[in-house]
Amino acid sequence: MNKTVLKTALAAVLMFGFAFALIPLYNTFCEITGLNGKTSGQVAEDILITQTVDENRVITIQFDASVNSKLNWEFRPTEFEMQVIPGKLYKTEFYAKNLSNSEITGRATYSVTPRVASLYFNKTECFCFTEQTLKAHEEVIMPVTFIIDSKLTEDINLMTLSYTFYKLES
Amino acid sequence: MSHAAVATHDHDHDHKPKGFVKRWLMTTNHKDIGTLYLIFALTMFIFGGALAMIIRLELFQPGLQFVQPDFFNQLTTMHALIMVFGAVMPAFVGFANWMIPIMIGAPDMALPRMNNWSFWILPFAFTMLASTFFMDGGAPAAGWTLYPPLVLQGGQNLAYAVFAIHMLGISSIMGAINVIATIMNMRAPNMGYLKMPLFVWTWLITAFLLIAVMPVFAGAVTMLLTDHYFGTSFFNAAGGGDPVLFQHIFWFFGHPEVYIMILPSFGIFSEIIPTFARKPLFGYVSMVYASAAIAFLSFIVWAHHMFSVGMPFGGELYFMYATMLISIPTGVKVFNWVSTMWKGAMTFETPMLWAIAFVILFTIGGFSGLMMAIAPVDFQYHDTYFIVAHFHYVLVSGSVFAIIAGVYYWIPKWTGNMYSERLGKIHFWWSAISINVLFFPQHFLGLAGMPRRIPDYSTQFAEFNMWSSIGGFAFGLAQIFFIIIVIRTIKGKGTTKATDRVWEGAKGLEWFIPSPAPHHTFQDGEAVKDEQLAHVSTH
Ligand code: HEM
Ligand SMILES: [Cu+2]
Repeated sequence: MNKTVLKTALAAVLMFGFAFALIPLYNTFCEITGLNGKTSGQVAEDILITQTVDENRVITIQFDASVNSKLNWEFRPTEFEMQVIPGKLYKTEFYAKNLSNSEITGRATYSVTPRVASLYFNKTECFCFTEQTLKAHEEVIMPVTFIIDSKLTEDINLMTLSYTFYKLES
Repeated sequence: MSHAAVATHDHDHDHKPKGFVKRWLMTTNHKDIGTLYLIFALTMFIFGGALAMIIRLELFQPGLQFVQPDFFNQLTTMHALIMVFGAVMPAFVGFANWMIPIMIGAPDMALPRMNNWSFWILPFAFTMLASTFFMDGGAPAAGWTLYPPLVLQGGQNLAYAVFAIHMLGISSIMGAINVIATIMNMRAPNMGYLKMPLFVWTWLITAFLLIAVMPVFAGAVTMLLTDHYFGTSFFNAAGGGDPVLFQHIFWFFGHPEVYIMILPSFGIFSEIIPTFARKPLFGYVSMVYASAAIAFLSFIVWAHHMFSVGMPFGGELYFMYATMLISIPTGVKVFNWVSTMWKGAMTFETPMLWAIAFVILFTIGGFSGLMMAIAPVDFQYHDTYFIVAHFHYVLVSGSVFAIIAGVYYWIPKWTGNMYSERLGKIHFWWSAISINVLFFPQHFLGLAGMPRRIPDYSTQFAEFNMWSSIGGFAFGLAQIFFIIIVIRTIKGKGTTKATDRVWEGAKGLEWFIPSPAPHHTFQDGEAVKDEQLAHVSTH
């Protein structure tokens, strides 16, 4: 009887730990599969070497920007859409302005849809996950350079890159 | 002379501790603790039911009449939390305490002191949870699923809700450990696993589910707590977390949780139906395997609650097929119940009426579940009244009907008094009709696009909502009537004395001890006799 109690109690404790273990498991799983739309961070430009460019294949990239309600900023893409050829390097810019009378630090997260396509979306320069501090009424232009992997599957010809800026609570 | 009369002769009569504190507060007796659980569950059922009545009152007509939207959301959230964790789960633990030791010929639960704690944690947990109604910002209002980020924006009630969940999680886990230890170690000689009543089997499986998923839920709400108060970012996108991850963790707990609430009711009906069909349960062994299969499958289908969060195609397909797979063991059960009744010498005492209504209405709930399991169409049903109709068909006409039927079935054994069959039948028909008036129109509301968890709606939904509210008030009133029946039975008003066997030809150890069941039973560890058991499987 003591054995039964011990084993079941141990199982309960392990399952409590399992809930927390799900966090890294989930993140690794998503990174490998790209399922939650997160691309695997920033990559170096030498990814270009491995690309085979097909000039005839053109896909559309849409840009989207939003701000969390707690952050009093204006934030938008400078162009809403772009035609790109997979395997080539492109650059676009996002515009942000602090609308408040005080200095605020924000941080952006991003996602790519369709989610599976995020595996093929490589950013070589990006303002994601770095802190941006804007003085009162300061404006910035933030560049993003990216390469769509030429191995992108045939069925995808439209992608959306979306950024959300959050206020960083100190 | 039955064997139980021998078993109890040296210990019965007045061996109950005297005084309220000794008898109830400090009790370690499985029957007393079972009674406490059942009374507690009934109290919570009234409380949760009262909240539902306000919800239906507000939805009686379009427009805002009685409550403000924020309070309305507190009502739906608290109604669900209280019904799930305060009414249904404790009621089944109450049945487990009362019946499992008797059914397997054990003198008590394996860990009687822990049993006392498991129960007495609950009133404190729910006092804490209910106290949030009186706090600044009110009770939790983000739905019982507690999705972030909304749940993190609701004020200080979060800490109270999370601690209440921790406490009742500990209570459930201790209860589950106790059930497992009792069943695995305390069976009387000759009570093999495949001779156990199905109620014992389904509870054994339920207990394993509880141990596997309650800690995961506790972990999830702990992360909500640290996100809110200690600046972690488990589910906070700004800090690199992901709110969808919470949904995965929640439903990894949440889907097995719905089976925690239905498996014991499968067990109760598998006791009732053979008794009144006067036939052994059809396919006993397949019932055991089907229960185990359902429990296993419940771990791998969770994302059918999340079809619309933006899963990839492969994920949608997988969770769709896996979910549909569950209807196979569930179907096996339904067919077995029907086959048990087939050509049986059936009589329709009150518990049997509830059982028949259960088989029919639960199947309706299973079918709407199958409809929602089809990923492409679930985009339309998701978060509408269709799903509200679905889970009330499975939870009210499944779990709650089982609790009511179980009370009618065993209350003569508990109290020694036969409830009034006439009143019981009135209660049944009143409930069986009103529950359909209450929930059936909600299917149509959902298909027409009425969202769930809203206090106001567009006027084309008015008529069905009015019907639903009328059914709701009638159903609520019927349960007040039930409480009157129960009290009259306990007090022995307008009742007859119950015989020991209670039901003609009923099998199972509980029918071979006196009615009311003596305070102590099966003290001598004597072997059980096969002819007293309902199922003596030859496997
Ligand atoms: C044949 C068996 C079943 C199937 C295929 C099934 C399928 C589903 C699906 C797909 C949903 C999600 C709908 C949506 O959010 O759009 C759902 C929700 C739900 N089901 Fe079932 N179900 C079944 C049986 C049960 C049982 C037996 C119970 C409980 C006793 C239950 C309780 C619930 C609850 C409580 C929800 C709603 C959760 C929420 O969002 O608040 N289901 N079901
Ligand atoms: Cu589910």
